[in-house]
Amino acid sequence: MQTFSGVGVAPGRVLGPVRQMPKPVQEPHANVNIPADVTVESQAARVKDAAKAVQSELRARAATASGEGKEVLEATALMAADPMLIKSAVKLLKPETPGGARTAERAVWEAAATVADTLKSLGGYMAERVADVLDVRARIVSELRGLPAPGIPASEEPFILAAEDLAPADTATLDPAKVIALITSGGGPQSHTAILARALGLPAVVAAPGVDDIDDGVEVYVDGAAGTITTDPSEELRIAAKAWATQASTLAAFTGDNTLADGYRVPLLANVGTGADAVKAADAGAEGVGLLRTEFCFLDRDTEPTVEEQITAYGAVFAAFPGKKVVVRTLDAGADKPLPFLTNADEPNPALGVRGYRTDLTSPGVLERQLQAIAEAEAAHEAEVWVMAPMISTAEEAARFAELCAGAGLKTPGVMVEVPSAALTAETVLGRVSFASLGTNDLTQYAMAADRQLGPLATLNDPWQPAVLKLVKLTADGAATAAGASGQPKPVGVCGEAAADPALAAVLIGLGVATLSMSPRALASVAAVLKTITLAQAQQLAGLALAAPSAAAARSAVREQLPVLNELGL
Amino acid sequence: MSERTATIASRVGLHARPAAIFAEAAGELDLEVTIARQGEPADEAMDAASILSLMSLGAAQGDVVVLRAEGTGADEALDKLVKILETDHDAE
Repeated sequence: MQTFSGVGVAPGRVLGPVRQMPKPVQEPHANVNIPADVTVESQAARVKDAAKAVQSELRARAATASGEGKEVLEATALMAADPMLIKSAVKLLKPETPGGARTAERAVWEAAATVADTLKSLGGYMAERVADVLDVRARIVSELRGLPAPGIPASEEPFILAAEDLAPADTATLDPAKVIALITSGGGPQSHTAILARALGLPAVVAAPGVDDIDDGVEVYVDGAAGTITTDPSEELRIAAKAWATQASTLAAFTGDNTLADGYRVPLLANVGTGADAVKAADAGAEGVGLLRTEFCFLDRDTEPTVEEQITAYGAVFAAFPGKKVVVRTLDAGADKPLPFLTNADEPNPALGVRGYRTDLTSPGVLERQLQAIAEAEAAHEAEVWVMAPMISTAEEAARFAELCAGAGLKTPGVMVEVPSAALTAETVLGRVSFASLGTNDLTQYAMAADRQLGPLATLNDPWQPAVLKLVKLTADGAATAAGASGQPKPVGVCGEAAADPALAAVLIGLGVATLSMSPRALASVAAVLKTITLAQAQQLAGLALAAPSAAAARSAVREQLPVLNELGL
Repeated sequence: MSERTATIASRVGLHARPAAIFAEAAGELDLEVTIARQGEPADEAMDAASILSLMSLGAAQGDVVVLRAEGTGADEALDKLVKILETDHDAE
């Protein structure tokens, strides 16, 4: 029996065989001496055969896919055996080529790199296809080496996927019917792996060193709450996994109207991107939408969507929540969500660049047209629409956003609090708008100066960090003062990943947060824990967490006071 | 040598789905068809069956390109390909 420890990011206890995600393809060596008996013709045939094999594999996958995924796979299949790519690779196999003959692997590598550079220099949509070209290259080189194709392994039986970390592209092809848990040696609590696991309701442990070396087929036990992975699981652990399977079904139900043990109301809302998401969230019992990510209507577009297109997209979400609150976040492009018509891909430091509300500085008009579309969609539906701007840093920005909202006829303007400066000046910021929503993922990254995607910084990048909790408290306190001064309520919500952690949810309420918004999957487990505590107890838990010397100490001090977590396996 | 000009009709230009449809059609022919922007020398023309070449051509909606092919059936083949380029596949 061997145990690996990491950060548990999505609860659940499961048993299953491990399948390793193939390691990223290594660059083939240049300047390899090619034996005299290897002919250019035989190498050219290898390149062509490998390209054809990759093409048929991608075509087979396209045949089982649907919609946009199918189109992407079909286009990628065409690239795999592209005549220009193969011709340039074959040219590099010849001894008379400048730099001498390359191996088949190296020739494909260099030929694809040249194509990728050309596409990159064209910018916009073409530059976005660079990833597809590099994916095709990795597949052909793996085929030439006789290694498994990169990407999530295919398997008949359900398995636990182990990897160094998952990329957004991998997560798109993950089949939740086959993958029963995710374990990674890298990544952090806010990495793509963690966000995906929560959205799919898959138990997951990240930043667990060594799990990417477990052999394929080895049976392991994963505890996504405790953050542990155990090989050769004991009888006790087998029973725990079985018990979880039963509990998971009882935890699956949430019927809305969330209250604490003393009857104190804490509405639980959902984070959604599309009308289809909103319908699912309403079915899962969400009491409204706490975060509508409007950039999802804009992604994969090389031009700004028209006002009419936007009205349809937002209206589809509003229609799912008649009479309920829907908080719309205006375009949050930039950093990890680039948009060709809004953001500049060449910024040296995109997380600190022109992103979120700031794109209004460089592309004026887009935000005003979006606000107009939101107002028109609101008029056509019965949802109670609130609007907030992402990446607000100052009270001036908040005031200007409120003016733009008023101009569009939107009654409830608000701000996201993600930048520490907004938390520190919450009283002044909230003096200009009607509400705030804490984006804990970015707030943590900025407060701790730690990139969300970096595995080695996972312990810094933890919303349990007492510094982050203090910023939450400052925001809630500032809002309360602003509310007293204006005679208007100034509610503060949380729409980051932190709200989906039931123990942290209790702390957030104790710090003065009024509503929590999360992935619909998390609603039931958060509600199950919150109904066991009173507001006074939540405030005590908040005090414990704030006083803790570290994120780990804060987490364990709070969890100790919440035995229900262990009973439910959360 | 047969030659035709065509005006790109697709709103996104000659990439994504329109390029895939065109490259696939060109690849199914027994002829070698080349594509170039109007005004560019014929010896810099690119393989029309290569989706990567089409993408690096960077032809936008309204741009004019020249298709060239030699051999039996070249005229019919080029007429068919022109029709594909002059259809707005995004409107379908």
